[in-house]
Amino acid sequence: MLDLTKYESLGAALRDAVARWPDEVCLIEADREREKSRLTYRQFQEAAEPLAAALEDSGFAAGDRAAIIMTNQPKWLISAYAVFFAGGVVVPLDYKLSAKEHLQLLAHSKSKVLFVEYPLWRAITQAADFSALAVQTVLVTEAPPNVGLAGARRWEEFHAARAPEFRLRSRQDMACIVYSSGTGGRPKGCVLTHGNYLEQCRALTALYPFWPGVRYLSILPTNHAIDFMVGFIGPFTCGATVVHLRTLRPEFVREAFTRYKITYMSLVPLVLGNLQKGLQQRFAELPPLKRKIFNALLAANKRLTRRRPNLALSRRLLKQVHQAFGGELRALFVGGAFTEPQTLQFFYELGIQVANGYGLTEAGTAVTLNDFNPVRTDTVGRPLPGVELRIAEPDAEGIGEVAVRSNTVMSHYLDDPELTAETIVDGWLMTGDFGRIDDAGHLQLLGRKKNMIVTSEGKNIYPEDIENSFAGLAVKEYCIFAANFVWPQRSMVGEQLVLVLHPETGRAVDDALRAEISRRNMHLLNYKRVSGYVVWDRDFPRTASMKIKRAVLAEEIGKALDRAAVVSL
Amino acid sequence: MNVIVKTIEQTTEEILTLAATHFKVPRAGLQASDDFYKKLGIDSLQALELLTRLENHFGVELPDYEVQGVSDFSTLASRIQARL
Repeated sequence: MLDLTKYESLGAALRDAVARWPDEVCLIEADREREKSRLTYRQFQEAAEPLAAALEDSGFAAGDRAAIIMTNQPKWLISAYAVFFAGGVVVPLDYKLSAKEHLQLLAHSKSKVLFVEYPLWRAITQAADFSALAVQTVLVTEAPPNVGLAGARRWEEFHAARAPEFRLRSRQDMACIVYSSGTGGRPKGCVLTHGNYLEQCRALTALYPFWPGVRYLSILPTNHAIDFMVGFIGPFTCGATVVHLRTLRPEFVREAFTRYKITYMSLVPLVLGNLQKGLQQRFAELPPLKRKIFNALLAANKRLTRRRPNLALSRRLLKQVHQAFGGELRALFVGGAFTEPQTLQFFYELGIQVANGYGLTEAGTAVTLNDFNPVRTDTVGRPLPGVELRIAEPDAEGIGEVAVRSNTVMSHYLDDPELTAETIVDGWLMTGDFGRIDDAGHLQLLGRKKNMIVTSEGKNIYPEDIENSFAGLAVKEYCIFAANFVWPQRSMVGEQLVLVLHPETGRAVDDALRAEISRRNMHLLNYKRVSGYVVWDRDFPRTASMKIKRAVLAEEIGKALDRAAVVSL
Repeated sequence: MNVIVKTIEQTTEEILTLAATHFKVPRAGLQASDDFYKKLGIDSLQALELLTRLENHFGVELPDYEVQGVSDFSTLASRIQARL
């Protein structure tokens, strides 16, 4: 791989990567069972540099920002490469947000350029606030012929014949603005520097190396911090191949493993759990004799890999299982949310390493990772090289807020010095998660300090962001909490949102109100829905500017009501 | 050539029947306006499974992004109808 200590920016490292491995395949795009395109690093460069030149010709300057709203596909990476080459800042936006949310984040990030897929652009042009869009250049991919583009240009036609000027950036310069939450409330744009990413990439590839011939399967969108790192920067700086599969459907994911002989893949706990269920079902359907043999081999593998993994041995003992994953799988990276220990154990016993760790957008990608020395499924592993962890204000059992210090911690929140000062204290990033560090140096996570939930799909949900969806309810006041924020539990699983209703004096929560709540709830995306409500008959404590004092209210409710008081919706 | 075009009502009815069969719930308990996540008790991957079944039935292809944010049968029916 490239020696990343020698580089000042992602642009410089990526530029050298494409020059170093010109004939290696860098990108494969597959949709279901069809392969749509295949690019070598040379072809990638030939697609990206004319785009960089055209960006420069359009007035895009060093330090300018370019947002990308796309599913996981090669044009995402080609566009990002062009932006970095031209000295720009990439703003990766989640394509699953609504058009209204996209417009809010485009405005907040002050993006000058937008790269967007046609169906997503069409939705943005139909949003109520579209006229306020201030982006100078919009480049739309895969637009059908003869459709209006509302002032945007076709990505495929946007290129200049001249060689672009490579623009130097330093490690301290902004590389990406990544939104960790919030559109309804306060957008949190994490400013990550070139140095943050280069250091993160070095630490991760030391544990999970890439090299030419390695094939990484990408099913997560590249705006996701994990895919950006292990599905772009990591493989590219090592000459490896990224396979983009443009569907999440389990049957095609399974097929891609064998067709492309995948080495690594990232997924969220929901998909990992689905793989587990599928395998368990297949094991259960084995005829009695085969099942007996399989169980014996499984027991042998379990015994022989108790202390540390032995991939070659596991591949021999459990050949059919490993063949189903293509036969060359080295690890699955799981992230975005908490993974059940029993799921990690299940895969470990099959000889499939699941790299489970702990990360947050504010700290790059990952700050801890399990190292299988020996396997521990009850923790999120030890700190990565260069990462320091401490537990702030620990209680008698050593549990307190996890704090992180590392070269991978973001520079600041965009345009929010107050929030930055609350979050990065004396050089330590306060994570808002509770945990403890055991004698072996492993971090164990034990709940959240923050009023938020993370779904098994890896979605961070902040209650304030969805409160607007219940505006105008026939109650005196209402708010939404993460249930664990009101009734703390030392757990990161099964998190739920609860609506707190303060009815008008003398009124109860009747069927009509319940029906209205259910109706509003239905309009939210499935993972953003509240699961129940509680009735609270006292005025909400508020600040002078009438904002709800959430922490105070949560404490009052937690003391007065039991969690069982939540009425399911 | 005669092209038989399904009405949106027919499409919706066929979707409800397929969903009931696939997830083993009584057809009578499903309505077009229902939220399929809630009514069928499924997650987003199971919803994609359903989508594959529907694609095979209707002979159309629905990219994953087309159903992002869709959670009720009638919107799903209109997305399929638009591609028939």
